[in-house]
Amino acid sequence: MEALDLARLQFAATTVYHFFFVPLTLGLSILVAIMQTLWWRTDNPLYRRMAKFWGKLFIINFAMGVVTGIVQEFQFGMNWSEYSRFMGDIFGAPLAIEALVAFFLESTFLGVWIFGWDRLPRGVHTFAIWMVALGANVSALWILIANSFMQEPVGYVLRNGRAEMDNFWELITNPHVGVQFPHVLFSGVATAAFFVLGISAWHLLRKTEHQEFFQRSARMAAIYGAIGVVAVALVGHSQAQHMVEAQPMKMAAAEGLFESEDPAGLSLLTIGDWEQRNEVFSIRIPGALSFLSYNRFDGEVRGIHDLQAEYEETYGPGNYIPPVAFTYWNFRAMVGAGVLMGVIALYALYLQLRGRSLQPRWFLRALVFAIALPYIANTTGWLLTEVGRQPWIVFGLQRVEEAVSPNVTTGMIALSLVVFVAIYGALMVADVYLLAKFGRMGPTDEAPKEGPVEGAPDETEDAYQPADPVTAEA
Amino acid sequence: MNLQDIWFILISILFIGFFFLEGFDFGVGLLLPFLGKTDSERRQIINTIGPHWDANEVWMITAGGAIFAAFPHWYATMFSGFYLALVAILFGLIIRGVAFEFRSKDANPAWRRTWDTAIFVGSLLAALLWGVAFGKIIEGVPVNAEMQFVGNFFDLLSPYALIAGLAAVGIFALQGAIFLSLKTEGTVRAKAERAAQVLWIPALVISIVLAVANYAYIDIFEKVGVNPGIMPITSAAALLTAIYFVRTKQFGWAFAALGGTIVLSLITYFWFLYPNVLVSSIDDAYNLTVNNASSSEYTLQVMSVVALIFVPVMLFYQGWSYWTFRKRVIADGHLEY
Repeated sequence: MEALDLARLQFAATTVYHFFFVPLTLGLSILVAIMQTLWWRTDNPLYRRMAKFWGKLFIINFAMGVVTGIVQEFQFGMNWSEYSRFMGDIFGAPLAIEALVAFFLESTFLGVWIFGWDRLPRGVHTFAIWMVALGANVSALWILIANSFMQEPVGYVLRNGRAEMDNFWELITNPHVGVQFPHVLFSGVATAAFFVLGISAWHLLRKTEHQEFFQRSARMAAIYGAIGVVAVALVGHSQAQHMVEAQPMKMAAAEGLFESEDPAGLSLLTIGDWEQRNEVFSIRIPGALSFLSYNRFDGEVRGIHDLQAEYEETYGPGNYIPPVAFTYWNFRAMVGAGVLMGVIALYALYLQLRGRSLQPRWFLRALVFAIALPYIANTTGWLLTEVGRQPWIVFGLQRVEEAVSPNVTTGMIALSLVVFVAIYGALMVADVYLLAKFGRMGPTDEAPKEGPVEGAPDETEDAYQPADPVTAEA
Repeated sequence: MNLQDIWFILISILFIGFFFLEGFDFGVGLLLPFLGKTDSERRQIINTIGPHWDANEVWMITAGGAIFAAFPHWYATMFSGFYLALVAILFGLIIRGVAFEFRSKDANPAWRRTWDTAIFVGSLLAALLWGVAFGKIIEGVPVNAEMQFVGNFFDLLSPYALIAGLAAVGIFALQGAIFLSLKTEGTVRAKAERAAQVLWIPALVISIVLAVANYAYIDIFEKVGVNPGIMPITSAAALLTAIYFVRTKQFGWAFAALGGTIVLSLITYFWFLYPNVLVSSIDDAYNLTVNNASSSEYTLQVMSVVALIFVPVMLFYQGWSYWTFRKRVIADGHLEY
């Protein structure tokens, strides 16, 4: 493999890995903040236990997101130095703002929140977790502003061989941000909901001692999840329409649409001769792709061959076709997982609205396995976004092979890739172990305590015993 | 003063903030295996920085982002040039960060030992290699006319850079001991105070070596002659003051004085570095400077407005978080989180 291929592999691997943790952070931070607000306002200790229990799982996940995020920031300069030179004005600015505005906020207040239990007034402590949620989601906004430029460059001029920012307002109001950010935000909401639903279902199945706790958690998650999946689907629809306009090649690849069609059919299954770029076999719903693109049953959706010819005219000779099969199947996997999530979340909500708790055992079992669905959708969604943009790193402006660091050798990247894979692999084992352990254990902190407490020297929360029952109750 | 200069100063401030805060933060990590013999002692030590380590590290992340935004060529050349060193720093920061959150979540002694080792190794790697990197920035690395780093990993391991790395480790270890003396009670406090009584010796020795090396390896002498100016002299005086207060066990003053040493040394550093941001060892004409490495005027204007609004806000709430957790961490207190 060449250095370029290795650098791409490393970036893909570390980004996908980083994004295992991000959506849950986005969604769960808000959910925990809601739980804690309910405790603050109602004084019901159940909500305190909910905020603590789900908060602990949140922290485990958050730590992984933080440390893998540092790799992302460094990697642009390390492996993609020519991209960094070309894009510094435009990509560096939102990245710096993300750190200054969002990372400081979430990291400072997470420290305050973790260590602030029973030390801070409840209102202040609740404020802290809201600031964590705000910081996490604002950070997603800024990084997506940066990414959106790569998909759809706006507000820039080409000067001295670099893309220079020309209009900051256009950069942050990029229409691509308007569809991408809510899509990611609500994916996070859905991810958190399925995470909470799955763990709750496990406890309900096992009839552990925390039935009420997990019924209540599941009820909140069902509502939260229904909001998430419906919103993600609606935004996803707008996003697809925007894609047809701004990145038609990505849509053509995602649909395996070799020839332009009007009206265009939505592919249920397409088998192509990917080498020859011809369709071999296809089942399509007539007119449905036109509908998805334009909200009407006709209208031309351009195919790969026409777009290739057009791009050759605009950008000169070259191959402007992304890996079609890969893009196509990632799109299928994302939408497939999303549809399943929609069915499950709405059924869970229906059960709740009918006043029934989550009873059917088959459904509870399904919920446990459904934890995987948002992860599949999130990962394949990102792969679609990034791979579907190939061969560009910045659409229409810079190709991936022009962006790579010229002085970083194959051997160096091989070494760093081995380091990252080894450490990420080990951390994944530790992370899943801890999530499973605490997920199974259930809530442990029963008695709400007021004021400073004297605890046993043993630091694990479950081993906590009030040294003096009188003060503990006071 | 133009915007390039302002951003050079702002990035300097971010790094100064990072090294001031991570000074004791890395120092605590370096001392963890030596001062924490029982599990409860180690937890007590970690909890002194528990609420803060992440936000401290964000100073570095923000500095990195600010370099990317304000000086893209500096970011591109340095990060690709220091590739393997940065991989090692990332390795250190990853295992260290995860360790803080993971180590207490399982009672298995092997689990905890592993993460405690990770905190030590991560702190050591990050402190040492940031020192090395800063040494190399000013000493010079092979950068050609196209602003490309053309050396290899071993170009980074010069004697001067290693001295700078060791100086960071030495000063940070002392600062960690002083910080623990201030923030703990009981046996850990006693051990930290004793450690400070020893650690000032290597910190002083390596600082003297670094001061001499500055004349031997980099072009300070050509720039300013024998008298380096008020800033480095004040920095040296602050170090001696810190040692005096360590000896008299006035750790609050010692902390302030050694913090002053860190801040003043870095001001000196950036003072001498300016207007360069990365020195070329091939030819001075190839140096990356605040002018040839910077982004466009417009970007710098936008970023200045953002910084003007959000830096004070950030300083306010981060300061507030330190105020919130100003009390000493006691061994039989509520240590979990």
